[in-house]
Amino acid sequence: MGANENSSAKPRVRPIVRIGIFLISHSNIVSLICFLAGVLALLLLPVLAKNTYISENALMPGSANNMLSTHQVSDASKFIKDLTDLEFRSTTSPIESQKLIAQYMSALDAEVTFHKFYPQFSQFHPPHFFTSSDSGLIAENGTCSSFGINTIGIIRAPRGDGKEAIVLVTPYNPNKVGLGEAVSLGIAYSVFSLLSHVTWLAKDIVWLVADSQYGEYPAVAAWLREYQAPVFHRVDEINRETCNASTTFNELGQGLYLDGKLNSDFRRAGTMAAALVIKVAEQGNQYEDSLNIYAEASNGQMPNLDLINIVNYLAVHKQGLRIKVKKMWSLLDSRWLNALGVIFESLGKIARSLNPQWKFGIPATEYVEGAATLASSLYYQGLGVPTGPHGAFRDYQVDAITLEISPKVSLTKVIRRDEFILRGGRLIEGVIRSINNLLEKFHQSFFLYLLTSPSKFVSVGVYMIPFALLVAPLPILAAYLHANASNSTPQIPSASEVDVRHKSWKWLNSARKVLVTHLWGVVVSLLPLVLCRIPNTTLTLNFVLWGLLSAFSLLILYLILGCPIFEAAGSQHEKNKWASLKSVTISTTFIGLSLMSVINFATAEIGALLIVPICLLARPLKLDIQARSWRTLLRASCNIALGFVVFPPISFVLLTGAFEDFYGINVGDYWNWVESLWAWNSATYLYVGVVHLPCWALCIHILFHPC
Amino acid sequence: MGLPPKATFPLSLLLLFFLFLVLSTSAQQEEFSEELLLKPLPDRKVLAHFHFQNEAPLAADSFARHHHLFPKSISQLVQKFHIKAMELSFTQGRWNYERWGGFDPISSHNAKPPGVELWAVFDVPLHLVDASWRNLTHSLSGLFCTSINFLESSTAYSSPEWAFQSALGSLRYGTLPREAVCTENLTPWLKLLPCRDKAGLSSLMDRPSIYRSFYHSQRLHLTMSSAASDGSRSGIILEQTLTVVLQPNDQNAGMSNVGEIKIQPSWSLSSIFGRKISGRCVLAKLSNVYLHADRGLVAQLETSQKNTAHFATNDTGPEDFRRNSGFELSVAPKRVLKELDKSSSVLYEYPIKEYKDIEQFDLGLMWEHPIVWSSPHAPFYASRFLVGSGNERGAIAISLKSTEMTQQLVANNIEDSCKLQVNVLQVVPWYVKVYYHTLQLLVDERPQVLTDFIERMRVSPSEDKVSPGMMELVLQVPCAMKSAVLSIEFDKGFLHIDEYPPDANQGFDIPSAIISFPDFHAGLQFYDKSQSKSPLLSKLQEKSPVLSYTEVLLVPLTTPDFSMPYNVITITCTIFALYFGSLLNVLRRRVGEEERLLKNKDAKKGVFLRQVLTNLSAKLRGKPLESTPSVSSSSSSSSSSFVSPKLILRVLLVAGIAIAWQYYSQ
Repeated sequence: MGANENSSAKPRVRPIVRIGIFLISHSNIVSLICFLAGVLALLLLPVLAKNTYISENALMPGSANNMLSTHQVSDASKFIKDLTDLEFRSTTSPIESQKLIAQYMSALDAEVTFHKFYPQFSQFHPPHFFTSSDSGLIAENGTCSSFGINTIGIIRAPRGDGKEAIVLVTPYNPNKVGLGEAVSLGIAYSVFSLLSHVTWLAKDIVWLVADSQYGEYPAVAAWLREYQAPVFHRVDEINRETCNASTTFNELGQGLYLDGKLNSDFRRAGTMAAALVIKVAEQGNQYEDSLNIYAEASNGQMPNLDLINIVNYLAVHKQGLRIKVKKMWSLLDSRWLNALGVIFESLGKIARSLNPQWKFGIPATEYVEGAATLASSLYYQGLGVPTGPHGAFRDYQVDAITLEISPKVSLTKVIRRDEFILRGGRLIEGVIRSINNLLEKFHQSFFLYLLTSPSKFVSVGVYMIPFALLVAPLPILAAYLHANASNSTPQIPSASEVDVRHKSWKWLNSARKVLVTHLWGVVVSLLPLVLCRIPNTTLTLNFVLWGLLSAFSLLILYLILGCPIFEAAGSQHEKNKWASLKSVTISTTFIGLSLMSVINFATAEIGALLIVPICLLARPLKLDIQARSWRTLLRASCNIALGFVVFPPISFVLLTGAFEDFYGINVGDYWNWVESLWAWNSATYLYVGVVHLPCWALCIHILFHPC
Repeated sequence: MGLPPKATFPLSLLLLFFLFLVLSTSAQQEEFSEELLLKPLPDRKVLAHFHFQNEAPLAADSFARHHHLFPKSISQLVQKFHIKAMELSFTQGRWNYERWGGFDPISSHNAKPPGVELWAVFDVPLHLVDASWRNLTHSLSGLFCTSINFLESSTAYSSPEWAFQSALGSLRYGTLPREAVCTENLTPWLKLLPCRDKAGLSSLMDRPSIYRSFYHSQRLHLTMSSAASDGSRSGIILEQTLTVVLQPNDQNAGMSNVGEIKIQPSWSLSSIFGRKISGRCVLAKLSNVYLHADRGLVAQLETSQKNTAHFATNDTGPEDFRRNSGFELSVAPKRVLKELDKSSSVLYEYPIKEYKDIEQFDLGLMWEHPIVWSSPHAPFYASRFLVGSGNERGAIAISLKSTEMTQQLVANNIEDSCKLQVNVLQVVPWYVKVYYHTLQLLVDERPQVLTDFIERMRVSPSEDKVSPGMMELVLQVPCAMKSAVLSIEFDKGFLHIDEYPPDANQGFDIPSAIISFPDFHAGLQFYDKSQSKSPLLSKLQEKSPVLSYTEVLLVPLTTPDFSMPYNVITITCTIFALYFGSLLNVLRRRVGEEERLLKNKDAKKGVFLRQVLTNLSAKLRGKPLESTPSVSSSSSSSSSSFVSPKLILRVLLVAGIAIAWQYYSQ
């Protein structure tokens, strides 16, 4: 705008300033280009993905021959048989299976301990994002009647110094022994029995049989809490008295205190190097044995890529398992993505014909697969909720993944099952051996990445580009609007000092409005804390109450703090009022998104995709309709549609619809979702409440601005 | 030989006589003995404890003198650094206090923390102690092929006063938890023995079987023996021990029958070491093998024996000891020593020279019935662990759990006022910044006031890059206590990039804490009729406080990305330069003023300024381009509007040329 014409009058303007002025003056085009480039770059990510490679030399996966033989497998088979037989026995007490597992462990000369824990039921505890949970508080919430018992076996490395440990976890529900769980225990047992007499072990092996009757995650988390951050003094003294009345735990040790192998106290084994959660899916796919890897922990944290790499390498090259990571199935047969894949493929071909060294472009099917995996990787990282019990380990900076092995045929056939155990066991053995080789902790490879297939990844350096392009227009547009708003005023001929001051500080008024709205966002996100105290409510009712209270609180905040805003509404600079407001809104959105990208990148990325268009487009509908050109009408309708889509509950429904399915979604689900986000300490919740919702509200406010 | 034979004979006789005199006097005092103690352990393993003792008189001129048996290097060490006492141990593996026992002399003396541990007491003025220590570490590191010289740095050693080896004088103590122990450390250690590993008991030391062991600790202990008359230093006693815990080959290892007690594997010297004893070291005064059956085992044997026959009365001959209800020995012992107590351990003695008739001595033990017993435990089972995660802070917790030993004590003790003394010595490196005020004591899961339990406490806080922190505690705890936890918080420090050791990402070690129980003495009281002077036996009978080491801890510290310091430096510098540059620019410049000034200047001497600039650029470009200034100046003036068609044209031209070149060059 004016700056450009003036530049000839001002002889020496620095080039950087000139570029800035240029960008700001052409902000509309720039933001359009940036946004489109951002979306394009995001779509290009599957093409730009690199092949994974094992970065740490010390790991040496697969360099040693497998030692696991049919001998261990037959032992494991016997173990599985004993375990499943317990089910059919009529007089089984719930702790019978733990006893059996402990017996088997101690027969291998392992140190066996039981860990009793009380699961936490209350979902809404006072928020403690990014702080270690105060275990004292959790102990209060537990009830005495329901407790779980983890069984832990520890093999001490023969010549090791005991500074480090590798953890094997098998979740297991003693009340309902599924065959899959029994087989997963069998695999762990076969590896454990091998490791109990190998000479190469340098790190202690901990096998945690997690009692999953109250969920897999709480059991593992409870054990980890006791391991890493124990509470030495008991706060619930009264509780303990009553808890001791339950003698089931005490009788657990009966007959097992043989030669000091079973220990009543909690046992530890050094710093954890890595953890593997082993699961067996009962019904597998029809074609071949396959392996699912789950890696996402809370707030989009991922284990070191090397851990996934070893598993991938050993599963594919040694055991011949088909390896999979989560995919967004609905994307697989979407036509537009396929078309895009074809375009990229042909572009790649053209590029290669120009220069054979330009290895750009992948086959369309691969592209679609990669995009589907990438989308799910982005979604689950963005959700901030761990995808399995391995998430509990990441909270203590331990790299962990869940391996879900699914067999080709039913596990009821013993011969087939033995072969399956041998394969699974050899895979676990190889992974453990690799980790055992590791001298340092995992640090060589990436921690920030998105997977596009089990053997392909997009590192942080690449996936930052789309996000940067998406958010780049925000400050430019904000500057443009600000400059516009402040420049248009001097047309009124008033040179008085008061007016100048009023002009330069005018944006403060809008800032106050924005601040109030964000304050409202905080109030809204804290409301569930109050709501959960109301007894006897359904999910839907909760949700409706929440909505009503939010609206009510918005009204109150407007009445208390927002009065000057309405008062100022009648002033002469009304026309630029919305521009100034939009400028401040966009700036806060930019700040919020940038902050979020540091905490959880995937959330910021998805959030930017949703909120940036409406932030850029928002313009009072009244003005658009008054103009009555097709362009403005298109913009107005776009705005309305976006304003509808970006509203958090609706975008939640759309996203879950895209990732799971629309079937059976009701409003209560949103409450459920919020509850789970809260329970898992997901920063996404904070983002939605404090950044996304206020921004949406402000954009809507701009849309219906009276001018 | 020019001398006539007549003359040579008396001369040589005389020489011989002198030689004999010298030999006899020195042999009187220089003594060497070799002994081996074998002990079956409850968890199907076997403990082998080699004990070599070398004594030499300490004469005033012995610095220059040659010894007959005693290693000269050690005596020189003692002379040079005025060592009063010293102990050096190399250990691999962990001593399992729970299964292998924590109350007998072997575990108190020979259970050592992993890696290298060295302590020494010097007989020098206080200000010279550190210098002597430094020299000693260097000498030892040369002597034993290890990196003991890392203990030289003042950050690596400390000087505990009374929690450890009390009342000896100016003590220095240091450990290297990460030191790998290997056969290259054993060879110099064996060189100190008069027979090396060529003859005698040390010939059993087959390297592969020793290093395959579960626990392996070689130790060198130096003390001054004092004369009985005046207590002055009269000689050096060098005690060399090697303690290994071996797993005998188990024939029925494969059969893991759950819920059934497995029979202990039978073993013999040849099966666990792969060698036999083919005679004694002729230089040794004493050469014995012992088999030790500890209290728990004997008690179990007795109970099983009660049904059938009477066991091990003192009257029966040695042949009866060969067989009992539990096991059978392949060789009959010469002597059986029993402890004085009622239910007590038994020691079978085999002097090697008595078994000359057998070609090679190969003691074997055959188990006949499965027996389950447990070794005696220390009053409290001590373990130590880290609390917390992350790179910022954490806590060290030492937990003490009562064992059956204290439970007995409580049962025997009628009045409640029974108290137990527990000494704790904890050394932490300086980069683990311990806050001593956060020391917490919880007895039976209840927080307690420290002063109620702590009798004495000495803290020397760490000084960054100078000295480690050290805490010595004397606790008085009630006997009835079930568990106690001592916890202390710390912050993790930052190291300078060149202070990181290799493999820094593994984490940093906190050396073992030492927990000792001075109220208890781990001595075995044998009913010894003959007054044989066996050093091993006297060592076993010596009353020494029960001592145990805790685990070594691994603290992960923040580590820089060593692979790309250059990248990190450049990117940070760029960011800082950009940030501070623009910030300074914004702060310093007054835009309005500048604009006004510029306008004025432009009006006055804008042409002059441009002239100066063109001149300057012309000078920079050099003479050949003399003709261009007018062009460049015109282009610069025209390019003031940002997008000129000329510029675009040029860029396109260059790009086109580049693409064409790229395309045709392939």
